[in-house]
Amino acid sequence: MAATKQAVSDVQTLDMGQIELREVNATLQAAPSTNYTQFEILNTRGSHAIAVGLDAEIEVTVIGSTGYYCAGMNKLATVHVTGSVGPGVAENMMSGTVIVDGDASQYAGATAHGGLLVIKGNASSRCGISMKGIDIVVHGNIGHMSAFMAQSGNLVVLGDAGDALGDSLYEARLFVRGSVKSLGADCIEKDMRPEHIEILADLLTRAGADAKPEEFKRYGSARKLYHFNVDHADEY
Amino acid sequence: MCGIVGLFLKKEDLRPKLGDMLTDMLITMTDRGPDSAGIAIYGADAGGHKITVQSDSPASDFAGLDVALGEALGTPVAMKQADTHAVLTVAEDALKPAVAFLEARGLRIMGVGEAMEIYKETGLPRDVAARFNLRAMGGSHGIGHTRMATESAVTTLGAHPFSTDADQCLVHNGSLSNHNTMRRILSEKGFAPKTENDTEVAACYISSRIAEGANLGQALEGTLDDLDGFFTFVMGTKNGFGVVRDPIACKPAVMAETDDYVAFGSEYRAFANLPGIDTARVWEPEPATVYFWER
Repeated sequence: MAATKQAVSDVQTLDMGQIELREVNATLQAAPSTNYTQFEILNTRGSHAIAVGLDAEIEVTVIGSTGYYCAGMNKLATVHVTGSVGPGVAENMMSGTVIVDGDASQYAGATAHGGLLVIKGNASSRCGISMKGIDIVVHGNIGHMSAFMAQSGNLVVLGDAGDALGDSLYEARLFVRGSVKSLGADCIEKDMRPEHIEILADLLTRAGADAKPEEFKRYGSARKLYHFNVDHADEY
Repeated sequence: MCGIVGLFLKKEDLRPKLGDMLTDMLITMTDRGPDSAGIAIYGADAGGHKITVQSDSPASDFAGLDVALGEALGTPVAMKQADTHAVLTVAEDALKPAVAFLEARGLRIMGVGEAMEIYKETGLPRDVAARFNLRAMGGSHGIGHTRMATESAVTTLGAHPFSTDADQCLVHNGSLSNHNTMRRILSEKGFAPKTENDTEVAACYISSRIAEGANLGQALEGTLDDLDGFFTFVMGTKNGFGVVRDPIACKPAVMAETDDYVAFGSEYRAFANLPGIDTARVWEPEPATVYFWER
């Protein structure tokens, strides 16, 4: 009789004061062949590339703050960071969930294709740059040049947005509750239709955000830069 | 790349540990800059003006240097040596002749000031710190740099910090694109850079603004108008410590503040050993915004 795999309730602790980063990531990446589904990582001390390349429905709690590219290329896993994260959190995420209790440095969720990234503090510049389908919910503010060339997915900001929001935007939807310092080239405010309220309500609920969809404004592409027009040459 | 660290102590009791804390921060930034490392430290008032000099042949150049300088000036001179560097302390009115005497002997002047001493060399930050015994140095504040060279050669003089006026020093992560134009403008003003390095141009620019009457904050503000390129700057003065990033702010920066200190790092990793970091206020400095502290 084939053994049935059962999830064990134990949390496996990976202490970076004791083991190297490569072993931490190798352990997490090998999780599908073990019975462990829950992990916690201790003594991160701002290290780079923690919990990257995961490809299974596991839950990872990172205690403390991280450096560059935490939870990069994530697929299926849920990664929860109790501190703040450095540049490029959840970069190129495919699916799964990444939650950051603190702040995120620049280019959070860059180029990511799917999944949900929740930042409970602020995100700095270039949040969601070139996003390709990820949903990002920032409880605080975002910095300048956010959603630059964003292609699809949703960026939700409960606070304010910095300069040049959505510059050269494609089809990503941007929802901002607070002020927008300035809009980038080809980014305009758009009507909030019932389907947008529905999308936003779902994202706010999933992100544990205490805000009403009606409080937000929607921004999107004016679609004037899609084809070259000599009259718009100065906007490139 | 390049790594920057800085630490400004608010309380006296941590001062003996400044070198130790900065050294940990510096070594953590080795990945960002393994070419060279340097530190400017604002130590105790030595009762005169300190001149930090460097020599590639310290054994012969520093032997009897204090006696020779003392005889030339007609007054005793205190000297302490650390590897390729020596710090000579002279009275204020003897500063100019002392610098002229030391330059005539072929020594490189790294910086002068009542409080500031500068130590920098090529090599891994760990090795540079050990050569100068940076851990044992105390002080009120200091800045450090680990270099990955882009704009000029890997040499001692190309390492940071750059000091272009008394008690002033600058470290930089980034690269400037109008440094040749600025070099000409600053040379006409009497603030000619001595090296080919772009960061020294920025240091000369800030020194020129302070000489014209600007305070640290105003001088740093001026870099946003007059310098073109990528930069995160951290500047030290006798009583102060300031930070500014260019408007694009690609070059990373993170700061931490507690009741005991203000700390700067290119990455959060640099703070991992600082006391009370878990409860410190940690934030990323905004682009095109000047932050400075003075006591």
